[in-house]
Amino acid sequence: MENFIIWMLPLPPLLSFFVIILFTNKRKSMSHGIAIGAAGLSWLGSMIIYIRALGVKEFGRHIFGSSINWLPTGSTWLKIGVQIDPLSAAVIFFVAWTVLAIFLYSIGYHNFGQPKGDNDVAGLPPHGATVTENGHKHTVPSIEPMYSRFFAFISLFAFGMYTLVVSDNLLTLFVGWEIMGLCSYLLIGFWFGKPSARNAAVKAFMTTRIGDVFMLLGIAFVYSFTGSLSFSEIFKPEMLGALASTPAFFGISAAGIIGLLLFIGTVGKSAQWPLHVWLPDAMEGPTPVSAMIHAATMVSAGVYMVIRMFPLISAGWTEGMPLNMTMSVIAFIGAFTAIFAATIALAQNDIKRVLAYSTISQLGFMIAALGIGAYVAAAFHLVTHAFFKALLFLGSGSVIHGMEHGVMHTGNHVDPQDMFNMGGLRKKMPITFWTFLIGGLALSGFPILTAGFWSKDEIFAEAFGNGHFVVFITLASAAFLTAFYTMRQITLTFFGEPRSKAAEHASETPWTMILPLIVLAVFSVSYGWVGIPEQFPGLGGLIPNWFHEFVGGTLAELPKAIEFSWVPLVTSLFVALGGLFCGWLFYRNVKSPQQDFLQIPVLKNKWYFDEIYDYLFVKPATWIAEKFTSLFMDQIVIDGILHSVAQFSLFLGHAFRTYFDKPVINEFIGDGTGNAVKASGSGLRKIQAGRIQYYMVASITVLVIFAVLFYFLLV
Amino acid sequence: MSIPLSWFLILAAALFSIGLFGVLSRKNAIAILLGVELMLNAVNINLVAFWRYQDPAKMAGQVFAIIVFAVAAAEVAVGLALIISVYRSRKTVVADEIDLMKW
Amino acid sequence: MTADQIIFLLCAALILGSALMVVITRKLIHAALWLVAALFGVAILFAILQAGFLAVVQVVVYIGAIAILFIFAVMLTRREMLDNGAQTRSNWWLPALLGFLILAGLVFLIIGQPAFGQSAAEMPTGVDTLRNLGIALVSPDAYVLPFEVASILLLAALVGAVYVASGNKE
Repeated sequence: MENFIIWMLPLPPLLSFFVIILFTNKRKSMSHGIAIGAAGLSWLGSMIIYIRALGVKEFGRHIFGSSINWLPTGSTWLKIGVQIDPLSAAVIFFVAWTVLAIFLYSIGYHNFGQPKGDNDVAGLPPHGATVTENGHKHTVPSIEPMYSRFFAFISLFAFGMYTLVVSDNLLTLFVGWEIMGLCSYLLIGFWFGKPSARNAAVKAFMTTRIGDVFMLLGIAFVYSFTGSLSFSEIFKPEMLGALASTPAFFGISAAGIIGLLLFIGTVGKSAQWPLHVWLPDAMEGPTPVSAMIHAATMVSAGVYMVIRMFPLISAGWTEGMPLNMTMSVIAFIGAFTAIFAATIALAQNDIKRVLAYSTISQLGFMIAALGIGAYVAAAFHLVTHAFFKALLFLGSGSVIHGMEHGVMHTGNHVDPQDMFNMGGLRKKMPITFWTFLIGGLALSGFPILTAGFWSKDEIFAEAFGNGHFVVFITLASAAFLTAFYTMRQITLTFFGEPRSKAAEHASETPWTMILPLIVLAVFSVSYGWVGIPEQFPGLGGLIPNWFHEFVGGTLAELPKAIEFSWVPLVTSLFVALGGLFCGWLFYRNVKSPQQDFLQIPVLKNKWYFDEIYDYLFVKPATWIAEKFTSLFMDQIVIDGILHSVAQFSLFLGHAFRTYFDKPVINEFIGDGTGNAVKASGSGLRKIQAGRIQYYMVASITVLVIFAVLFYFLLV
Repeated sequence: MSIPLSWFLILAAALFSIGLFGVLSRKNAIAILLGVELMLNAVNINLVAFWRYQDPAKMAGQVFAIIVFAVAAAEVAVGLALIISVYRSRKTVVADEIDLMKW
Repeated sequence: MTADQIIFLLCAALILGSALMVVITRKLIHAALWLVAALFGVAILFAILQAGFLAVVQVVVYIGAIAILFIFAVMLTRREMLDNGAQTRSNWWLPALLGFLILAGLVFLIIGQPAFGQSAAEMPTGVDTLRNLGIALVSPDAYVLPFEVASILLLAALVGAVYVASGNKE
């Protein structure tokens, strides 16, 4: 029964995609109804599976799942199938909730129920409709023209994520991965009328594609080494042993190379340095898309994949050993990205950009955690981050919506996304404020009450306890900056006085947008409590560390819970509370960018990485395409060959016509035959003299001749 | 009688050749028909000679000769009628000048 | 040389001489008359062959009808051809050659047959050739059908000749 449900989990969103595209594109309420229904069905299935999974003792040993023979390969089959083990059960839990929340939120975000806009065209964000009320005109938000298409695309996105999470093999995981890549392209470029959106979509796709190529190489390597792509096959102890001990390239073992290649896929998909450049630009898409991509699904998929492949990455390593090559690389990149992105976030003014860089930074945390071998901590932070980041993005969308309402109401056309135009919104949008605050505190790691604290604390504990001090200090600094810029964001947006007319007239958003915020806020607070370490002072031991037991059971051996030490706890309290306090302190009186001391050009311009990549990669590629391939190879060489062939054929044809066709065939054969016939005819016609005696003489002559001949031949 | 059959046959052959010569070489159409008559008579001589020398009891030879008479008569009648008709329209009986069926 | 043979030779000379004159002579009316002579010779020959009825028929039909017909035709078409100039075509040697060849061939074939060199057997007694001829012509077991067909042919020739010779009815 469970296996059937698991197979069916990705199906409703896929069907929803097709139905909306093919049939209900014009009917908005039916489209969102189908999409919500599909998300709801998958959510229901996920909850059933999750609850069943909770009921199984030692679930890690008795996972759900089934597989089928799919591709015949010589004497064996390549199998594909589904599986739910503790890791994917935890992941499917948050995927189901966040997807459903985002779907519901999208209804309100795209202004369902509002009138059609005055000048709205498909492909550009809606600009508002003028309505006349009591003889007095004002602009109200208008419904998104491509409303149904949006729901179709996010349904496809949900399908990709569900497929990825339930698969038991690298192949269908990769399929889901790529589908999400496609959907990210479609959705980031949703408002295709904007050139910036189009460019951002291409950039996202290209950058993640680079990662995907290496990931595909890794998958190919896995297959050629082990002959299978199923996790159960690859993670068999003897297989892992073989992988770890077989040297491959550059002196690194096969497992190491595979791990590195697969990790590069994650670097692309989860926007780690150096492939992080697409994620901030991806803010061009509508906010539910940002929430989906950057919190709930896509970037989480990258981290999920690398957590899933942890046995392979850590093949040959056990706790206490120094990290092997792959894990060192992973830890380095994760930690570096965490601090790198945090520094950039300090200088961003767009409310969504701050959250984008914070996502990159938090993903760095997870990856660094995995790199140092903290399997459960990484998974824990993945889950909690999904909830509070989705909450923050949706909250920011709510803020932007409120600002837009103010813009339309007052006609004061300011950028509704610029935090320096906001201020004092806590009075205008209370529910948004409280939920956003909860999310922000979770992100910062506010102690005890928020989930983010528990997961981040566990990462610090693992880093410190296993002696990875560089990683520990780097992550701690990043956490401080995280708290700082989060509070900066909250202060600028919600506290103080409104800094523009639009902010003064902002209003709360409809229930379809508020309800998901509340639900996600609940999880952001409570989910942390399932992972309280046993040895925590005071609270530890009251509730068993369910998460550690549950998710840790995925591995062959349950990882040891790290021993408690005060240093990481105090550090995390210090950085969290200190960062929050400093943020509030510095920014409560800042009213304009000029007063913001963190508007450093290097940080604002993202350490100039976009410019570096443009110079190093984009310009040469463009040159090759335009000058070399198009102009030289295509037009000059290939077209030149074609033209000369054509000229030659023309010459040949002409020669044939002049020297062979006309004289020989026309004159000699054609006319010649005619003339010959004419001549012989006019010669032979004289036989028909019309004179009888002539005929008779002729016939008797012949008769005599024949008679003589016959006589001498036959007699 | 003591005349060998071959004498009659040689006579008939000679008569036939003379008639053939006349047919092929005379200009006048009526002269051509005269040659034809000679040839028919040669045939008749042959027939009757064979009748007498092979089996005089059976009458086939004579009957055939009588049929030849009838046919010759018919042919002369029609031929001369044609020549007269042609003479009326073309004013000539020279065979070589009656050549409308030429190319 | 028996008497029969001498008579035959004289008769043969008459026939062949007359025939030659028919095809050579310049004036057409002479040719018609020479034909009459040739036909007489043929009649004599029939009498020698003891086909007396045929000899009489030869005289009556050929000479009495056909030759007369020729003379009439010559008379009716006299104007153009005034018996001047050559009566034979310019290439008369070719027909002469042909005739000679045919004669030579036939003679060769006849002499090659020994069966032809014998004399005739005696006429069987009691055979009334005339009576037998009459019966043969009208008897259904014999030759009544060709006889009747020949009469129809004569009828057709009669009608045709009348029609053709009657000319255009303006």
